[in-house]
Amino acid sequence: MACVKMRNSLLKLSAGILIAVGPLNTAFANKADDTLRTTFTKEIESVDFYFQSAREGSILSRQIWDGLVFRDPKSGEYVGNLATSWKWINDTTLEFKLREGIKFHNGEDFDADDVVYTVSFAINPDNHVTSPSYVNWIKSIEKLDQYTVRVHTDSPFPAALEFLSGLVPIYPNEYYAEVGPTGMGLKPVGTGPYKVESVEPGKHFVLKKFEGYHDGPKGQPSIGTIDIRTIPDINTQMAELLSGGVDLVWGVPADLAEQLASSSDLTVVNESTMRIGYVTMDASGRGGDNPFTNREVRQAVGHAIDRQAIVDNLMKGSSVVVHAACYPSQIGCTKEVETYDFNPAQARELLTEAGYPDGFSIDFYAYRERPIAEAIMAYLADVGIKANLNYLKYSALRDLQTKAGGGFGFLTWGSNSINDVSAITSQFFKFGGQDFARDEEVKAWLDAGDTSVDEEVRKKNYSKALQRIAEEAYWIPLFSYNSNYVFTKDVDFTPTPDEIVRFFDMSWK
Amino acid sequence: MLAFALKRLGLAILVTFTVSVISFSLLHLSGDPATSLAGENATAADIAAISRQYGFDRPLTVQYTDWLWKALHGDFGESYYFKLPVADLIADRLSITMTLGICAISFALLTAVPLGVAAAVRPNSVVDRTALFLSVAGQAMPSFWFGLVMIVIFSIKLRLLPASGSETWRHFIMPTVVLGYYAMPAIMRLTRAGMLEVLNADYIRTARAKGAGAGRVLFKHALRNAIVPVVSLSAVQMGFMLGGSVVVEAIFSLHGAGYLAWESIGRHDLPTVQALILIFSCFYILFTLLSDLANAWLDPRIRVG
Repeated sequence: MACVKMRNSLLKLSAGILIAVGPLNTAFANKADDTLRTTFTKEIESVDFYFQSAREGSILSRQIWDGLVFRDPKSGEYVGNLATSWKWINDTTLEFKLREGIKFHNGEDFDADDVVYTVSFAINPDNHVTSPSYVNWIKSIEKLDQYTVRVHTDSPFPAALEFLSGLVPIYPNEYYAEVGPTGMGLKPVGTGPYKVESVEPGKHFVLKKFEGYHDGPKGQPSIGTIDIRTIPDINTQMAELLSGGVDLVWGVPADLAEQLASSSDLTVVNESTMRIGYVTMDASGRGGDNPFTNREVRQAVGHAIDRQAIVDNLMKGSSVVVHAACYPSQIGCTKEVETYDFNPAQARELLTEAGYPDGFSIDFYAYRERPIAEAIMAYLADVGIKANLNYLKYSALRDLQTKAGGGFGFLTWGSNSINDVSAITSQFFKFGGQDFARDEEVKAWLDAGDTSVDEEVRKKNYSKALQRIAEEAYWIPLFSYNSNYVFTKDVDFTPTPDEIVRFFDMSWK
Repeated sequence: MLAFALKRLGLAILVTFTVSVISFSLLHLSGDPATSLAGENATAADIAAISRQYGFDRPLTVQYTDWLWKALHGDFGESYYFKLPVADLIADRLSITMTLGICAISFALLTAVPLGVAAAVRPNSVVDRTALFLSVAGQAMPSFWFGLVMIVIFSIKLRLLPASGSETWRHFIMPTVVLGYYAMPAIMRLTRAGMLEVLNADYIRTARAKGAGAGRVLFKHALRNAIVPVVSLSAVQMGFMLGGSVVVEAIFSLHGAGYLAWESIGRHDLPTVQALILIFSCFYILFTLLSDLANAWLDPRIRVG
């Protein structure tokens, strides 16, 4: 443990040195050859969107493919992309008119057959897509004519457009039938603003502007070539940025971003993300009897943690304290919930009332941002709750929770950038593996919200669920996350809260 | 000699088998592979589907024997993560690691042995002290730190070498030095100690007395004897470099087999991990065997023994 800590602090120190000595009077050649060089941190599984689960994969998919609709990242409005218009025929049938005259990168014409093939492929359980939940709300898809399709759902699915805008890219049917997911991962073909020049699996991706791109809501791409290399070490990414090897890096830690901001050659932009951090407690006693089955104890945890201080000192940037169990911009999220201000005295009082005047000792679980987990533990210790840290890999912790263990911990959820409460609250409070509240009424409200296409009905029900979660303090939501984007002054780029980097929106200054 | 070799080979196969059984069980104990494969945004239903698809719901022994049977037939399967044949994936990554490993061990030997000999010839001299300093620094400096310092100097300051990647030979210079420097001190200290011991031996005095030249005494008589343990150590170091160059590969973004192994463990990519472990253990065994043969050639006593 000490070793890991030392390594981390050494890394920070060395990164500091990198920045301190970097001359930063770089003449960036990349604008001259019209190539934007950037990096991924993670080796992605495949470029085929349906067979990967990484953010990097989502980013690539938006450049290479299009969805039926497009969500404007600024206004949040849905506009037609491969479709030009749509209408709900009834609660479970959505009809799309498709755009005519679009060609795939390989020259194949786009029409209803492509949409029907792609969707039918993705929803077929035999094809084992990585994230079935992206598509399995679709029961079937039907071609009415060459440019009209109908999507049928099992039950009303209000987030249909949200899912179709980002999670269901459309593939060329003939090509996909021929090459399959492996071929698509190595030589992707889409209708998107960028076509793929080369793929070295996990390591290196080169995209070229697609000259025949249709005039859709994404607009025409401006930069000619996008060259993406996977560089796992953030310090090496910084070194490449400082030595002119790359033009854009994102996910830069706050302390490094602060130092880079002083450079006259680099632009640092901080943008919030949909990820929120929260403390979960075993309120229903799934993992056995424990102090958190008592509401006062859970509320004491809410009063014990100075969330604003964590935001100010550790999260920084555009992070904010959140009180409801959702990201504020998500459809159905409300701010009208009970809040727990930082008040250690009140926390101790609540613990005394609950029968724990001397506090108690309990296991505490976390999987990322160890310094934040430790800050939370320090606040808890101050009111008498001695939390023993178990720091696990995400998969191990999630597995443990599914088996009713690890009920008290610091966790986070990014909603996969889906701007809808069903992507977070409904994931955790409907008696799933990670639901430690097991509140029948909360589940009923969430079900009502998830299956209504009437926005008012949805909001009313989600609001009730979120208010109950806050009153009962099943979760103590903590704060939202943020990401730092650092790029050379040559690049014109405005990041968005959905953490999707859109190369087609970038240009040279 | 043949019986000896066969016995060793049999033992090696047993070791490899044991390693693969243990690693297989450990990987399964460290968390549900399905959860890991599904990714962070997966719902419970996604995870259950993946578990069924890959057969993680079967008993562990069944899963293991299934893998073993196919591996014995040369089929390492498909990577759970990349959905590509493991053999292709590893061939690509291993070439980088092998290049780096061979360059690094050559660098280490070419610097460490001459320094060790020089240090032994004049103990406690400036040369010896310098060599001592270099070796202490090499052992004390973590690879990632040394790597970053190199990047700062040669990539950012001087703009001489690329900071990351593996496209050209220039990309391998810094990783070679960093990885090689880590192995250098042990080799140098062992050369020095061996040489000091041998130089005081009676047969060296005899060789000098019969009028053999200084160079002949040093290299033909002394180094040949002193180098025996160095050869064994180099074999171990080479094995370490293949599997243990994770940090260097990560810093210089080389995407070699070491980094692939490390990442695959985190991703619960069992077919890849299993195949890599098998290959790494084979290499380890091969290098040990080669060093034994080299030593037997260098030292006739080993041949007889």
